[in-house]
Amino acid sequence: MIKSYKLRRNLTNALIYVILSVLCIIWVLPLAWLIMTSFRGETQVYIPYIIPKTWTFDNYIRLFTDTSIVNYPRWFLNTFVVACFSCVISTVSVLMVSYTFSRLRFKSRKKIINIGFILGMFPGFLTMVAIYYLIKAMGLSQNLIALILIYSAGAGLGFAISKGFFDTVPRALDEAATIDGATRNQIFWKIILPMSKPIVVYTILTSFTGPWADFIMARIIMGDAKDQYTIALGLWTMVQKEYIDDYFLMFCAGAVVVAIPITALFLKMQKYYVEGVTGGAVKG
Amino acid sequence: MNFIDYVQLNPFQKFFYKLKTFFVNLPKNIARFFKFIAMKIAAFFIGIGKAFKFYGVGFVKGSWSTKISYVIMGFGVVVKRQLIKGILFFITEVAYIAYMITFGWGYICKLGTLGEKHSSGGIDPVTGMPIVAQSDDSMLIMLYSVLTIFITILFLVLYVVNIKVNLSLDEKIREGGHVNKIGEDIQTLLDARYHVTLLSLPTILICVFTVLPIIFMILIAFTNFDRHHPMGGLFDWVGFQNFADVFFNEPKKAFTFQTLVGWTLCWAIIATISCYIVGVIIALMINKKGIKFKSVFRTMFVMTVAVPQFVTLLLMAQMLNDDGVINVLLRELHIVAQNDYVKFLSDSGGWLPKITVLVVNLWIGVPYTILSASGILMNIPEELYESARIDGAGPVVTFVKITMPYMLFVMTPALIQQFIGNINNFNVIYFLTGGGPPNDNLLNAGHTDLLITWLFNLTLGYNDYSLAATIGILVFIFCATLSLITFNMTKSSKSEEEFG
Repeated sequence: MIKSYKLRRNLTNALIYVILSVLCIIWVLPLAWLIMTSFRGETQVYIPYIIPKTWTFDNYIRLFTDTSIVNYPRWFLNTFVVACFSCVISTVSVLMVSYTFSRLRFKSRKKIINIGFILGMFPGFLTMVAIYYLIKAMGLSQNLIALILIYSAGAGLGFAISKGFFDTVPRALDEAATIDGATRNQIFWKIILPMSKPIVVYTILTSFTGPWADFIMARIIMGDAKDQYTIALGLWTMVQKEYIDDYFLMFCAGAVVVAIPITALFLKMQKYYVEGVTGGAVKG
Repeated sequence: MNFIDYVQLNPFQKFFYKLKTFFVNLPKNIARFFKFIAMKIAAFFIGIGKAFKFYGVGFVKGSWSTKISYVIMGFGVVVKRQLIKGILFFITEVAYIAYMITFGWGYICKLGTLGEKHSSGGIDPVTGMPIVAQSDDSMLIMLYSVLTIFITILFLVLYVVNIKVNLSLDEKIREGGHVNKIGEDIQTLLDARYHVTLLSLPTILICVFTVLPIIFMILIAFTNFDRHHPMGGLFDWVGFQNFADVFFNEPKKAFTFQTLVGWTLCWAIIATISCYIVGVIIALMINKKGIKFKSVFRTMFVMTVAVPQFVTLLLMAQMLNDDGVINVLLRELHIVAQNDYVKFLSDSGGWLPKITVLVVNLWIGVPYTILSASGILMNIPEELYESARIDGAGPVVTFVKITMPYMLFVMTPALIQQFIGNINNFNVIYFLTGGGPPNDNLLNAGHTDLLITWLFNLTLGYNDYSLAATIGILVFIFCATLSLITFNMTKSSKSEEEFG
């Protein structure tokens, strides 16, 4: 009896291992193919077999040296600059707003939170025409500053998760500090922030990775100013009809180069992501 | 239904009961909503009346310097020895008046007509030269008018603050209280009024880059700004014309809209549910007791979340191309003939591309579900399973009766959020098919186009801005309603009951 139970359990487990392995392969295979293609020697876009016959490192070298038409290093730098600035602005505004909503009590606080919640639901790119014109009126079109502003301006509305986190920091700490004569400013910097490291790291990482992935806004703002492109826009250009024949392999190499740092950051962030999402979900 | 009956239902029945009551109560709630709005509006006007009364009384009772402050902002504050604050008030007033005279008022005046001057005015009868007149730019008129209205509101707020400060200073002086110096005022900004300090910067940014564009887009939806009215030129107000066009006036537009709404909903429902089911099943397998290498498996799946979406999607588009690696693979495996290929993304019938995008979306979306489901699975109380096992329940029964309802209970809000996200899922469609293959029955749209990609193409490719704005508003109304319902449902369910 016991033996057959064990046998059955082992059989199911074996089956699960098989299924999981197959699924893992399906999920990882496209990425593996991407890496493989980035080292491919044959220059045509489509080859009638799967494993390349020649291998080379040229695609990577060309990516960083052949910058006359496809200026990948420039795009990388652009995105990096935009990401850094908007990361600072967004992180500061998210933390400020969520601390205010979580800890400070003031007139019509509930109303302001609700307005923020409703505004936050609005998908920003629905207003792309309006934003385009606004940026143009400011004289910032085809300028990286415009992207920094667009990415970081609405960040304050994403307060839900970090507010949920701040709510879990015991209020007794604030009260004790107030009795000792600390102002709210000091409480924010010296007590709440040091205690909320996970959520601070989470906010920094999400706002840093955001600009790397955005396509819509960059496309609307930048138009044909190739020098100001970000990575997403640049890579997209490389697989358009006019370019794909010459640049497909460089596209693969470029995709690998951008995917590595972002993936590394994300895997580091994963712990915080799970904590933030489940914590925020339960709190609401 | 009594509470006692309700509690005995299983979660699915509860869910449907809630849904039913929601729809039964809908008319009543809508009526209540409008009543609420009406009351709010009434309260608003009553509030304004009260404010006027308050400031009128303040004017009569206030000291002479306060009275002057009603005209010259900050005067009373300076007299009451708050020099810097008073000067700041005064500078605001001067700046506002200067702004209105030189700039703002002119635009506000033109808002009604959106400008009338044409640049291609013909030939000057006297000199015979073409007239080079500065044309009105309707878009700029609209933009600056909205901006001016914003600034005016801000100014009014400051004006009221100015009066309030004066009145409270009067009060303090009468009672012989302490008048704050500027340094002390700054101190309160770090403590008692710290929320003002913290919120001001984000609020300004949000107003300029979120609120202003929304208002602006709503305004565009009521104009005829399209490819016949190029950027930098003139266009006019047309009222509800655009909405009428989209719903019934223009057959092709209306047909396109209906078709795309159908496909968008279809896509969002299937995409959400399929990702949910597959994701939960995989998460269960990974988290099953006795399975080793949990973190290895999880990392493998999570890696695909980490790679930027546009990279994987552009890659998939290449792989699924007619000559792409998937077709090569199918040929090597002799599933299709040597010179044949499967038109994953280009089949002109439209069905195969639709299925392909759904499958690729599964590849993209499942890891997210795994990620969040794993966390929830670990939180299911072990006692539930233990008692079920003692009662003789097998794995299937525990799954159907415990795991599934629990997951649904916790994840319903997240699922609805995901549903909304899928309605606006630009990336998957745009990078895979670009909306294509083209469909001649539709207006500038393809078989796989969602409303959001249609909107994008209308804006960028066809310059149909007013139509795009109209669709944007409709999509937003739908999504916002759904979000608010979810928000309220979670709130009520939180206070109402625990999972049981």
